[in-house]
Amino acid sequence: MSLRILRPGLLTTVQDLGRFGYQQDGLVVSGAMDAVALRVGNLLVGNAEHAAGLEITLLGPTIRFGAAHLIALTGAHLSPTLDGQPVGLNRPIRVRAGTTLAFGAPVAGSRTYLAVAGGVAVPVVLGSRATYLRAELGGLHGRALRAGDELPTGEPAPLSQQLLQALPEFQPEKNWSQARWTPGPDLCPVPRPNPIIRALPGPEYGQFSVGSQRAFWQRPFTVSPQADRMGYRLQGPKLERLVDTELLSSAVAFGTVQVPAGGQAIVLLADHQTTGGYPRLAQVISVDFAALAQVRPGQTLRFQEVSLADAQALYLAQERRVAALRRAIGAFFKI
Amino acid sequence: MSNRPLPLPAPPPAVRLFPLGDSAVVLEFGTGISPLTHGAIAAFSRYLAAHPFVGLREYVPAFTTLTVYYDPWLVSENGQCQPYERVAEVLRQLLATATATEATAETSVVEIPVCYGGEFGPDLEFVAQHAGLTPDQVIELHSKAEYLVHMIGFAPGFPYLGGLDARLATPRRPEPRALVPAGAVGIAGPQTGIYSLPTPGGWQLIGRTPLRLFNPEWAHPSRLRAGQHLRFVPIDTAEFTRLQQQELLL
Repeated sequence: MSLRILRPGLLTTVQDLGRFGYQQDGLVVSGAMDAVALRVGNLLVGNAEHAAGLEITLLGPTIRFGAAHLIALTGAHLSPTLDGQPVGLNRPIRVRAGTTLAFGAPVAGSRTYLAVAGGVAVPVVLGSRATYLRAELGGLHGRALRAGDELPTGEPAPLSQQLLQALPEFQPEKNWSQARWTPGPDLCPVPRPNPIIRALPGPEYGQFSVGSQRAFWQRPFTVSPQADRMGYRLQGPKLERLVDTELLSSAVAFGTVQVPAGGQAIVLLADHQTTGGYPRLAQVISVDFAALAQVRPGQTLRFQEVSLADAQALYLAQERRVAALRRAIGAFFKI
Repeated sequence: MSNRPLPLPAPPPAVRLFPLGDSAVVLEFGTGISPLTHGAIAAFSRYLAAHPFVGLREYVPAFTTLTVYYDPWLVSENGQCQPYERVAEVLRQLLATATATEATAETSVVEIPVCYGGEFGPDLEFVAQHAGLTPDQVIELHSKAEYLVHMIGFAPGFPYLGGLDARLATPRRPEPRALVPAGAVGIAGPQTGIYSLPTPGGWQLIGRTPLRLFNPEWAHPSRLRAGQHLRFVPIDTAEFTRLQQQELLL
């Protein structure tokens, strides 16, 4: 039961839902940038939502399956193929041993998740399998995948076996088959190129000039080439803080928009530092982390203000949809 | 649980609560660096660790704040109430019932060797000019003080230290450097600290230590802990090289 990496792609890492509980030691959470995509992928193959999968960035890897597997691909559309034939996103897929997964042109979004029944079984480090590249921990030897890597996978759950048996028979001379159903677009959206990102005012919002506050909500911001799992530097109107007192470092989170004295905003992502001292202008709401994770360098973002109550109502609605998918899959197989 | 009123070591006139987005709440125990505020945050952190609530993800102590991360779905019992109002209510109750546990006093002073200036401290001259001092005076003031490890943050094992001589306070660089090496010792506003990993950063760099501050293979991956006391010991480049080689054998 293994995956063999023939070509690594631009940046392919093992990720789960993150390493919680060590931010007080300065250890970042990491985990999937588009966590909902990984969770849905895991549900589609009968895994626990937090199982580890592969996060695949823009230019995908080439992977040979060392055994028969049940897999799913979620998140960005990076033109995935199995043995050279296009394969669908957001559905269970069974592959025979020796089948090769490859990717082509990035069509929409930037991060695809490969979920495998049984999960990617790299060692657990401090409670998680997530790769944290900067500290070289978690994942496979704390690094991005390379050609020649062999990734072990875990024992599939009984639900995975049932999902697999419900898939169509293999067609002649075809080493894979895929389900005809997918969850709805509300759980598996096609990433949009220049998204609107909803946010709340941050703790230091009131320290910015009224003009800068207005510019933040009204003007587009371009994601600069300095964009990685830690955060995106944004290019846009200069954001001016009216007070110049140094701030004491305090916690920052996934989605925190901080503004160094130069006036160009940075939005923090999965590998964000645990604390920071730049003023926190805004905080992206949780349900829009996926859209943020899927945007590409060179694309633009616009921020839209929402209330805390609305942000949490949207989050609860998202969790109800995930819970409904989990129940639907379980109910179909009478789990 | 005790019903006694909150006997925290600091006088928290009122702990201010405000949201950081839809999944975190900030508890502000004060507005400036002080050992008393540090003590109050440490005490409540310990209380929270002993009395976790459903939906608590984790918490991050800082100089004046404790940020509590929560899962809005679990906190609201799967969406049955407004999550922020619920979590704020739970935390206010915990603040009201918390009893300070005895802090285990740290008496030892950890010594951190630092090679100041030159290629290791490219901003030493700027800090000196800003303070109206010579570089040697900056080194003397920086290495004379005893510091309190207020918090570990920003990066794994990165200590934020209280006790910097006020004359050395220097604003951050207007734009962060794309890469600061591990071991770099810096100043940002009234704070001083040590970069524990290579990372982008905006602190003014005055020197570098050859010691590793973070290693995931150590039983406790961070060399320093909140609550410890620390002193910087100036070393020359020869000693830096010797200690750096010694560290590689650890």
